[in-house]
Amino acid sequence: MANEVVDHGRRRFLTATTAVVGGVGIVAAAVPFIKSWEPSARARAAGAPVTQSLAKIESGQMLTVSWRSLPVFVLNRSKAQLATLPMVDSRLVDPKSDGASADQQPKYAQNEARSIKPEWLVVIGICTHLGCVPDFVPEIKPEPFDPEWKGGFYCPCHKSRYDLAGRVYQGVPAPKNLPVPPYHFIDDSTIQIGVDPKEAG
Amino acid sequence: MANVFTNIGDWVNERAPGMAPMYRAHMTEYYAPKNFNLWYYFGSLALLVLINQIVTGIFLTMNYNPSAAGAFNSVEYIMRDVEWGWLIRYMHSTGASLFFVVVFLHMFRGIMYGSYKKPRELVWLLGMLIFLVLMAEAFMGYVLPWGNMSFWGAKVIISLFGTIPYIGDTLVEWIMGDFLPADATLNRFFALHVIALPIVLLLLVVLHIAALHEVGSNNPDGVEIKKGPKGNRWDALKPADGIPFHPYYTVKDLVGVGFFLMIAAFIIFFAPTFGGWFLEHDNFIPANNLATPSHIKPVWYFTPFYAIVRMIPSFLGSAVWGVIAMFGSIGVLFAMPWLDRGKVKSIRYRGTGFKVGLGLFVLSFFMLGAVGAGITAEVMPVWFGDIDVTFWENLFGRVMTIVYFGFFAFLWAYTYFGWEKTKPVPERVTTHD
Repeated sequence: MANEVVDHGRRRFLTATTAVVGGVGIVAAAVPFIKSWEPSARARAAGAPVTQSLAKIESGQMLTVSWRSLPVFVLNRSKAQLATLPMVDSRLVDPKSDGASADQQPKYAQNEARSIKPEWLVVIGICTHLGCVPDFVPEIKPEPFDPEWKGGFYCPCHKSRYDLAGRVYQGVPAPKNLPVPPYHFIDDSTIQIGVDPKEAG
Repeated sequence: MANVFTNIGDWVNERAPGMAPMYRAHMTEYYAPKNFNLWYYFGSLALLVLINQIVTGIFLTMNYNPSAAGAFNSVEYIMRDVEWGWLIRYMHSTGASLFFVVVFLHMFRGIMYGSYKKPRELVWLLGMLIFLVLMAEAFMGYVLPWGNMSFWGAKVIISLFGTIPYIGDTLVEWIMGDFLPADATLNRFFALHVIALPIVLLLLVVLHIAALHEVGSNNPDGVEIKKGPKGNRWDALKPADGIPFHPYYTVKDLVGVGFFLMIAAFIIFFAPTFGGWFLEHDNFIPANNLATPSHIKPVWYFTPFYAIVRMIPSFLGSAVWGVIAMFGSIGVLFAMPWLDRGKVKSIRYRGTGFKVGLGLFVLSFFMLGAVGAGITAEVMPVWFGDIDVTFWENLFGRVMTIVYFGFFAFLWAYTYFGWEKTKPVPERVTTHD
């Protein structure tokens, strides 16, 4: 049985093919384990649209609505608050939301007030830096974090600042404006978050 | 009686003849330099804390419920209703903080005495890997009580990966298994915290010690005892300046253990939250996905690294730079053996530049910690009155970030261009008789 002549080429070929086939098998077997970390069907199904009445939100008040477990800020901006928006333009990263923040809102909210109706601001209250919920600091008065504060949102985690349209200030860690979710007005005092006006017909 | 033990010993030896030599090689015939000082306690103390974490951790899992609905209440249940549960949990939470205390001191010792240098680069690299896994282990453990700081800490740290261009958002969803930290996140962190990472940690610790015992321990003089004269009381061929690890250093380490346990017991019994530093006040509130705690800060041992993320502003429409800098602050430590070209190991015989540089590096580490923990933001208005805190804090933090990284840049230039003026290194360890 003993074979004195060893065919090294054949041995190398067999070793290499075995290693390659085994390697492919290991990669294939890893796929289900890696995919098992993705959001499950149950987690995906929990993202249904939310309907919210605006009737009880007074001028200057904000309500936080939970949509896909994300905090959505619904703010009824007063005339005075809307008047602050152009005043801070020069201190913002992207005041027109057409640069770095072009994808942060649907087309129908890509304007100075970043909304469908100027007084109603609807933004996802998740800081674009690392995902904290910014505080609503509406008063126009000097704050420890900004002596020329005109009202807006202030993130307690890494001190990013946004104005009353969710537009990010310069010189803070957050790169982009607060995202505007898809939403539309069902009637004058009701909005639905999660559905575009187009889809709603 | 003695006969019974001898017989059992013989019985094992006959069947596993390699075990007794292995014990001798790592214990009674592992010759460590005889001039170890106080700084050499922290390796064995880290091992002690690791064992504490594993034992108390096993008992915590017996009553802990890894679900978003039940986690917070099960921790309170351990604290209030389980017999001695409070002690086991406080041993675990205090152990976590003390782990970082001893590991930071252990690493500082290594830098001070040049223990990362040839031939111990592998020991250093394995140690750095242990540090990295330890940080992941501590972070995931911190999420498990599912308090509000757990939740938001998890959110912020996982979002770090979201700053990576193109794949970031998908990666974040993949890590969380949901659109925000949820049941799925908590369950997988639990699995990683109690099974996967401890196994990796134990394996790395074994490799760290095995690699150390191949090359032998460094010492405060940075002298290679293996290159010195041969022959000691136990072996004519072994280094003259070496003494057997057991019993000499096991006994010495026991003194350290006794002292360490006194401090640990004091904290566990009298100050288990350590004024909000070891267990944060906001973590006694259940997780709430709609409300961020007003002052988010990580546990103290992450604050220097967290400050670096905060100090780097976004640039080119991306926040990834701060994250790169943070990982870079740890990555640069991996490169220590190759950044430092100096031939002299110990700070005792190194140039003034190294001493000043190391001092500034330690200072920047503490100061970044103060920035990350929000101390600077608190004291600045008190000390300096009505100033623009954000501006001055950013300036201070950025200067300290530059000092942190500057130490490594300086160390490379200092040794590469031969600017260092070293003192003569003795032939043998200074206390050899």
